[in-house]
Amino acid sequence: MQVEKGGKKRAKKILPHMDMTPMVDLMMLLITFFMLTTSLSKSKVMEMILPEKLRDPNAEPPKIVASRTLNILLGPDNKIYWYTGGVSPDEYDNLPPVYETDYSDQGIRALLLERNRALFRKINDFEQQVLEGKIRIPRDSVQSAISQLKTDDDTGPIVLLKAYKKANYGNFVDILDEMNICGIARYTIMDIAWYEEQMVERAAGITSTTASAN
Amino acid sequence: MPKIKLPTKSPKIDMTPMVDTFCVILIFLLLTAQMRSPEPVSVEMPFSISETPIPDFNTMLFLISQDGKVFFNVDNGDDTTYKFRRKILEEMGTAYNIEFNKQELDLFEKYPSSIGLPIQDLKRFLSANAAERKTMETGIPLDSADNQLAMWILYARQVNPNVRATIQADTNTEFPAVQRVLNILQDRNVNRFNLVTSLEAVKINLDEIQQ
Repeated sequence: MQVEKGGKKRAKKILPHMDMTPMVDLMMLLITFFMLTTSLSKSKVMEMILPEKLRDPNAEPPKIVASRTLNILLGPDNKIYWYTGGVSPDEYDNLPPVYETDYSDQGIRALLLERNRALFRKINDFEQQVLEGKIRIPRDSVQSAISQLKTDDDTGPIVLLKAYKKANYGNFVDILDEMNICGIARYTIMDIAWYEEQMVERAAGITSTTASAN
Repeated sequence: MPKIKLPTKSPKIDMTPMVDTFCVILIFLLLTAQMRSPEPVSVEMPFSISETPIPDFNTMLFLISQDGKVFFNVDNGDDTTYKFRRKILEEMGTAYNIEFNKQELDLFEKYPSSIGLPIQDLKRFLSANAAERKTMETGIPLDSADNQLAMWILYARQVNPNVRATIQADTNTEFPAVQRVLNILQDRNVNRFNLVTSLEAVKINLDEIQQ
């Protein structure tokens, strides 16, 4: 024991103290960089299915009930014009009036919900019951059950969406979104007819630019 | 009474826990986020309530800028392992009598974002630098005389039959510009589309519509 005492001289132990500040700076920089360059939330997609184009020029488009038809014309300046029913050829000289509304809750959504009240109720009740556990159903089949409700529906409106040439893409997505929000069972996107262009132009106070008015 | 003077000590904060936290955040960000591939034009996306995330592969993206230019991309995702992009470009080359060499095919395969220029310029585009590339992107021609977009669609679907059409357009794009692309797709019997949107929460109060 005595021998060891005179042995190697131990260096005094110092607690190593590193200055971490530069490291923190660097980390901050990296985090900021990654925050800016990466997209944390992935963008979403909305599915849209368009009716197949009629290849055969003689084929008739499917007939629909005029009383349930709701025509929505996407106008310029974030305006929507709508009318119900159809326009028959003898009305071409005296076009029916269109009603103006907008993309807000009180505008188009109120209109759609009012017309689609029965179906919207049904879907809402169903979802509520699933949430409360009154209906036991596998999660996967909730969607298909809702689409079944939509297929069975025969009171809601048949919405025909038509975009005037001055409408923008945002309007188009908005209106499709409203269809999903309001649970509209039947809607389709169509090309706007010349008389509907005129109706929009008249309502919006645009001087007609279409030469194809016959 | 004289004030008691404390010896001034420079405050020393132990930064180690802070470093730890940052490390955790950094690793989290690295693992969860994927790089945003730089798109040739910036697009302000419309909002919707849809919650389906954008698919990672088997997509062909049509990017429509605010002034109506059309850009086309076949997703990088898993497609690259199957070398779809390379095959599509080879097919396009044969259709337009342009010979793309191996190096150009490699470049196209790895090119991270959408392309929007006539196929005739693509050779020059691939060898150009970033600044020159920017000026060359004039959109894919899609008029009836020279409908190159239709050709891209044709070969993209021929090479990968599972490909789905995804459309990303600016909120302020005029609708006819989008409709042109939709029409070209519908002429080729594509009737299902994915529209890229950002999520927006919407709540409807049932009481409001009870009256």
